Amino acid sequence: MATVFKRPHALIDVPLHYCPGCTHGIVHRLIAEVIDELGIEGKTVGISPVGCTYNNYDYFNCDMVQAAHGRAPAVGTGVKRVNPDNIVFTYQGDGDLAAIGTAEIVHAATRGENITTIFVNNAIYGMTSGQMAPTTLMNQVTTTSPYGRKPEIHGFPIKVCEMLSTLDGAVFVERVSTHDIKNIMSAKKAIKKAFQVQMANKGFAIVEVLSACPTNWGLNPLEALKWIQDNMVPFYPLGNFKGKDLEV
Amino acid sequence: MGEKLLMKGNEVIAEAAIRAGCRHYFGYPITPQTEIAHYMAKKMPEVDGTFVQAESEIAAINMVYGAASAGARVLTSSSSPGISLKQEGISYIAGAELPAVVVNIVRCGPGLGGILPAQCDYFQAVKGGGHGDYKMVVLAPCSVQELYEMTVEAFNISDKYRILTMIMGDGILGQMMEAVEFKDKEDIISPDKNWATTGTQMKREHNVVTSIFINPEVLENHNHKLQEKYALITENEIKVETYNCENADIIVAAFGTVARIIKNVIKMAEKEGIKVGLIRPITLWPFPERAFQKYADVPKAFLTVELNAGQMLEDVKLAVNGKKPVHFYGRMGGMLPTQQEILDKIKDILK
Repeated sequence: MATVFKRPHALIDVPLHYCPGCTHGIVHRLIAEVIDELGIEGKTVGISPVGCTYNNYDYFNCDMVQAAHGRAPAVGTGVKRVNPDNIVFTYQGDGDLAAIGTAEIVHAATRGENITTIFVNNAIYGMTSGQMAPTTLMNQVTTTSPYGRKPEIHGFPIKVCEMLSTLDGAVFVERVSTHDIKNIMSAKKAIKKAFQVQMANKGFAIVEVLSACPTNWGLNPLEALKWIQDNMVPFYPLGNFKGKDLEV
Repeated sequence: MGEKLLMKGNEVIAEAAIRAGCRHYFGYPITPQTEIAHYMAKKMPEVDGTFVQAESEIAAINMVYGAASAGARVLTSSSSPGISLKQEGISYIAGAELPAVVVNIVRCGPGLGGILPAQCDYFQAVKGGGHGDYKMVVLAPCSVQELYEMTVEAFNISDKYRILTMIMGDGILGQMMEAVEFKDKEDIISPDKNWATTGTQMKREHNVVTSIFINPEVLENHNHKLQEKYALITENEIKVETYNCENADIIVAAFGTVARIIKNVIKMAEKEGIKVGLIRPITLWPFPERAFQKYADVPKAFLTVELNAGQMLEDVKLAVNGKKPVHFYGRMGGMLPTQQEILDKIKDILK
């Protein structure tokens, strides 16, 4: 009988610690499937962030380096410059990438650092219990914007893909979502291309993945997926910003 | 015999690193150590190495963290305010037990301070400038020749113990030109880095480099392991120069360039019938306590001379342990003590 579904080899067979309805697990699986399909597990080095997924080094079967908050692109730069034949990816959340690590991501991108960044945007700090993130939407209630995000107090959300796509060194920039099967399939395609861009030595690639945080949003898992669709997607338009036709 | 050249201290550090097998340098410009970056930018392409001018000191030290994870010999350099920015990464490197070398060509502080020589980062270097219970090996050369030898040695120590080694100089040492004699071939001692994240090649379990151990028992064990390593280094790696200490009336403790000034003071004092000894810690951590204990009964008093408000002074006092008075003379802000000033202080103490 043909095997039609199995655990990707690049994903270690252990229970994930994420909350019910959290989409980190989906993103992990997509990355692992891509690593399997491209046959690159043996030369891949992942950089773990700070946040809910700080210990994704326990889940990915490739070599992993745990980085300080926001510094994954700098750490990835160090790894890649030593062994350019490695495939290096960073896995970062919105606080990590778009707040404390803004300088590191912008400069890794503008240097055209030949690494791949998977940017999980769930509009909130998860691990530290639901604080306002740089990507928190206007009027969104968080533990540090208890009356909702107000422009006169908190300023405005950062659109990371739009910002990074202005940089010459960033050659592949795409925003995808995890709120339904169709979008998850598109997400996988984008992640695969972002790795292929690196394999072809084309430069910096980033995929922003809109994700759910039911626990800190105060919603059940299904409501959370609907919240992505109804609130995040209108503000963070899905699609490719750069490199759609890049040959890899 | 090797090649003998007249070179600037900062350039010698860079050249020594390359000779020690370092092929990766990450840095950010800051006076008075920028010649290291200039030299690396020029030379690294010639040896198939990489030079990256990072966007900040924080990024530079994290690039070091990444390169060290990948098993490379890696260097960054900076000066005091930049070293403060690197403290986050230094603590992570300590926690993850990565070998790396950091150069601090110290300038005067606090804050932006000034660009002139100082030794005011002693506490930061030896007591743990970053968070957590950690140590790094701190080497304090006092000549351009020593900058060369100790840079090579720093890489060997780092690899041997999986620890960060700092070379701490000052603006005088970094900027001055002196003759340096290079060996034809360096003694590179580097154990197999089978822990490095170079890709599994599907031939082994995955390697993980991390400084986070969320389970308290695991983290306590990790800390015990670090402390055992620091004890081993303290046992094996202490370096100190003692000079003229037998029958000395007074023993001066000084490190780096100040120790050179003291050697001239010793000659001046001799003419006046005063016998001055010198204990020069070469490793600031681990601190050469035993050298002080050995001579604690000899002089009437100790005098610590530093380019700060009295930092190594505390370690000297701990080592002497109340057996003799320990005095202090220091200058700050980039000012240097004259030989006469120090001699006057000695005479005042011995009065």
